[in-house]
Amino acid sequence: MRNITAAAQAAIDHAAIDRSAPGEDIAVEVRGISKIYGDVEALRGIDLDFPRGRLTTLLGPSGCGKTTLLKIIAGLNEPSAGEIRVNGRPVTGPGPERAFVFQDFALMPWATVMRNVAFGLELRGMGKDERQAIARKYIAEVGLAGFEDKYPHELSGGMRQRVGLARAFAVNADVLLLDEPFSAVDEQNRRKFQEDLLRLVALENKTFIFVTHSIEEAVYVSDRIVILSRRPGRVAQIIEPEIDRTASPDAIRRDQSYLDTVEAIWQGLKRYVD
Amino acid sequence: MAAPLEVNGAVRVAPEAGPARRPLRGLLGAHPSLWRLASLGLFFLVWEIAGRIPISFAFPTFLETARAFLRLTLDGSFVTAYASTLQPLVIGIGISAVLGVGLGVAMGLSRTAEWLAAPVFIVLQAAPMAALIPLITFVYGIGLLSKTLAVIMLALPVIVLNGYKAVRNVNPSLVDMCRSFQGSAWQRIVKIIIPDASPVIFAGLRLGLAAGFIGVILAELLITPTGIGDLITYHRSVADYPEMYAAVVSIIVVSTLTLAALEAFELRVLRPEKRRG
Ligand SMILES: Nc1ncnc2c1ncn2[C@@H]1O[C@H](COP(=O)(O)OP(=O)(O)O)[C@@H](O)[C@H]1O
Ligand SMILES: [Mg+2]
Repeated sequence: MRNITAAAQAAIDHAAIDRSAPGEDIAVEVRGISKIYGDVEALRGIDLDFPRGRLTTLLGPSGCGKTTLLKIIAGLNEPSAGEIRVNGRPVTGPGPERAFVFQDFALMPWATVMRNVAFGLELRGMGKDERQAIARKYIAEVGLAGFEDKYPHELSGGMRQRVGLARAFAVNADVLLLDEPFSAVDEQNRRKFQEDLLRLVALENKTFIFVTHSIEEAVYVSDRIVILSRRPGRVAQIIEPEIDRTASPDAIRRDQSYLDTVEAIWQGLKRYVD
Repeated sequence: MAAPLEVNGAVRVAPEAGPARRPLRGLLGAHPSLWRLASLGLFFLVWEIAGRIPISFAFPTFLETARAFLRLTLDGSFVTAYASTLQPLVIGIGISAVLGVGLGVAMGLSRTAEWLAAPVFIVLQAAPMAALIPLITFVYGIGLLSKTLAVIMLALPVIVLNGYKAVRNVNPSLVDMCRSFQGSAWQRIVKIIIPDASPVIFAGLRLGLAAGFIGVILAELLITPTGIGDLITYHRSVADYPEMYAAVVSIIVVSTLTLAALEAFELRVLRPEKRRG
């Protein structure tokens, strides 16, 4: 019982077709993005649309340019060719409508959880009381209430990434860019974290662009999965796992369509593995 | 801070001692600072024995030196001497710190500044600066100015180079983070780069301070007979060896205390997280 959409099935058959429906509300447009580092071609001709309010995952073998693409969308990295548009406006650098969650957390070790979470607001010049009130709300939302005055080194890896997530939520950006946020988190925490992420996706109604190299993780959390080929990264497939997310997390992980989607993606990705 | 921890570690892995020694070890283990005192006490004991052998008529015992130390403290000789020695040291270190950290950070941030300044300071740091101290007698005469210059000559290169290395090694992910939240260039420097670089910058300041002590004392020994350097020279010339040793010991005491104060300042102001385990 394959629960992949017919269109996505077509995408599997004819690789690299962007199948976003006309008229769909697009938050982020990627147009003809290429990136060359010296003599390394990281990305080649990427065209993608990221629908608003959805979680889209970039999935691909390590070194295929996922981080590069995400940083180009974030405006942290210049593309060699092509253009990014967010809410219809071309990207020339970082902007308030986008927030980034870093693979290595990127927390300031000298700052408390509170200051780290409020840092985006601090940079905007918001007053201390106001920004701390906002930060406190998101610290609680990611399940870290009571840890406001701790320093990052006093937290576990999973808790540190929650701080990174709260910091990104606190600036109230439309688009959240998450670069393998769980890769440095142990397996038990990772599952818990994935469940929490789904809850936050439902709660926050934002556009999420999520990077992972884990097929299971991609299928579990995504509305849409963009599979990138090995370097130079190109769009190989786009898949929409249609999974009933009202079921319990454990039921989802045993669900036949979940397992089938994982298998289908694995069959597609296998050729990129040595 | 690290030394007592290591000592504690050694206690834990040490083979079982006889029951009679346990209470002492328990006491020392519970109070790490006692270990430092014990180590100092042992050193003083060896010194006292060596002085009594005696090694040389110019080598006073520990107790003679301690008595001389007390005498010089009470009669105000140290106060007068350090008033003269610390003034150029404070001024010189102040100038080196501001100039050195500024220059080092600029070199770390800008390629142009790096190309202009890095080779000079790398050569200066490698050069035997102590040998260049007599040069400033000729150029600037004697007095406060020459002592201050001696401090700067020795302290500046290491402070600059540490600042430069520190900024070069700032976590790029934190810099990206600051940019992604639209931090300005100024915010990036003040809120990310300097705090992240501060442990290495402060290591440079500590080394610079130690070098500055050498500079000011060399200047006093070689150029301008004033301050603590003069106290050493004078007591040597009249063969008051306990007083001479006491003066030398006082330098060690003062520099240790100053470095500890600098470290405490760093922990308090810039890296509060390091105060917690
Ligand atoms: N700053 C850089 N300079 C040179 N090469 C880079 C740089 N960043 C990434 N690359 C190269 O580009 C390719 C894609 O990197 P990356 O985007 O980090 O991949 P992924 O996140 O999918 O693992 C890799 O081969 C990597 O070595
Ligand atoms: Mg990556």
